[in-house]
Amino acid sequence: MSDHTTHPPTTMTKDDKAYWSANVRIITICLIIWAIVSFGFGIILRPLISWIGIGGTDLGFWFAQQGSILVFLALIFFYAWRMNRLDRQYGVEEE
Amino acid sequence: MDQFTLNLIFVGASFALYIGIAIWARAGSTAEFYAAGRGVHPVTNGMATAADWMSAASFISMAGLIAFTGYDNSTYLMGWTGGYVLLALLLAPYLRKFGKFTVPEFIGDRFYSPTARLVAVISLLVASLTYVIGQMTGVGVAFGRFLEVDNTTGLLIGAVVVFAYAVFGGMKGVTYTQVAQYCVLIAAYTIPAVFISLQLTGNPIPALGLFTDTDSGRPLLETLDLIVTDLGFNAYTAHHGDTFNMLLFTLSLMIGTAGLPHVIMRFFTVPKVSDARWSAGWTLVFIALLYLTAPAVGAMARLNITQQFWPEGTNAEAVSVETIENDPAYDWMATWQQTGLLGWEDKNGDGRIQYYNDAAPAMQDRAAEAGWQGNELVNFNNDILVLANPEIANLPGWVIGLVAAGGLAAALSTAAGLLLAISSAVSMIW
Repeated sequence: MSDHTTHPPTTMTKDDKAYWSANVRIITICLIIWAIVSFGFGIILRPLISWIGIGGTDLGFWFAQQGSILVFLALIFFYAWRMNRLDRQYGVEEE
Repeated sequence: MDQFTLNLIFVGASFALYIGIAIWARAGSTAEFYAAGRGVHPVTNGMATAADWMSAASFISMAGLIAFTGYDNSTYLMGWTGGYVLLALLLAPYLRKFGKFTVPEFIGDRFYSPTARLVAVISLLVASLTYVIGQMTGVGVAFGRFLEVDNTTGLLIGAVVVFAYAVFGGMKGVTYTQVAQYCVLIAAYTIPAVFISLQLTGNPIPALGLFTDTDSGRPLLETLDLIVTDLGFNAYTAHHGDTFNMLLFTLSLMIGTAGLPHVIMRFFTVPKVSDARWSAGWTLVFIALLYLTAPAVGAMARLNITQQFWPEGTNAEAVSVETIENDPAYDWMATWQQTGLLGWEDKNGDGRIQYYNDAAPAMQDRAAEAGWQGNELVNFNNDILVLANPEIANLPGWVIGLVAAGGLAAALSTAAGLLLAISSAVSMIW
């Protein structure tokens, strides 16, 4: 597999393009959720969701200190599962 | 058995374990040295990466930063873990797929440019060396306190140990040593937190205890907010700084974390790209065990410390100097005062130590009336919070020894990973 580096880049097939756009779509979805829970619920949107209470404080505080980390965890596992399936669909997985 | 002997036993035993593992897992080839022969299981690799990634800053400093600022310093929690998400999604799988051991190699080959490779090597060296200095400072502080040697001696002992197992073991030895270091550091972080959470809230899981009621029937965070605002400090859970600033600070922590060279290198040690992706998930599981506990450690320590200074409540008399000097519950203050990282001074000579925010306008009237002449807890270094925490909560001596070993494990595991990244980068130049 280290061969890629010695050959000039080949033209992309239709399959390659479909694989790449599916890949980009998965990453985009993950990063949108990533930004909403941290920058959104944890910081900017905190006042908007402050009416939801949790153990002596509000939901935004929970997102900033614990919630965002739990969502990050779910995102990375979702990404691994989805990308590994995509690799198999397009037959680009490693043996 | 005295505390010094206990510390020595815990630190000595953990060091013997790391060196033993390094000898057992000696590297036999170049692939084994830089990428552990690509034969590491994703879960094992995840644990090692977590130890690599969590530095002295995560273990020793982070809870202290949160404890004395509150919500505003959630930036470290979100920034460091959020940056890891960027690394796992945008960098690691692609580098792994390209099939090169190191980042400079990737950059040189991808852009067909030896100059680009050299620039990458230099950037990596600057970043890693700066980072290694921080880790070794952490080692110096931990040794200085627990083995009662001076800072420089502690630093040298730590450097010799890391050098020994990084050179002989290579990536394979370092990987398995880091697995052991992860176990030591997570036990050292969570065991005292569980004890303290049980004491304060009755909940054995610190992350949940943070949002549970205390004995008084009031939620822990609400109690903390009340106590600290009574003393003129900012409410713990409220937002005080500038929102845009907090946003940018979080973003910069994220981008910085995403580029850590010693962490990226770890994704080459698993057999396949699919394993690298799973491994990234496992790494964050092991990181989250500490990161979900850290905010609880911070809030609970702040509550314990404040209550120690105001044992009868914030509206009664402060703790007396006599109590601090004679009550065993306050022994930690004397031990940490020796390190120069903690200091108090009875400024108004009333035989009591008033800990409050003397800059708050709301406190001026009370201070004038009671004859206070400023905050008398003159120095409390954030970095001692985690290390002093078991002593503050009066936990048994073996817990304190364990925390010493844990702090060293966090610093040494990151230092070893960085040394490997540096050595592989230097070997690129020739």
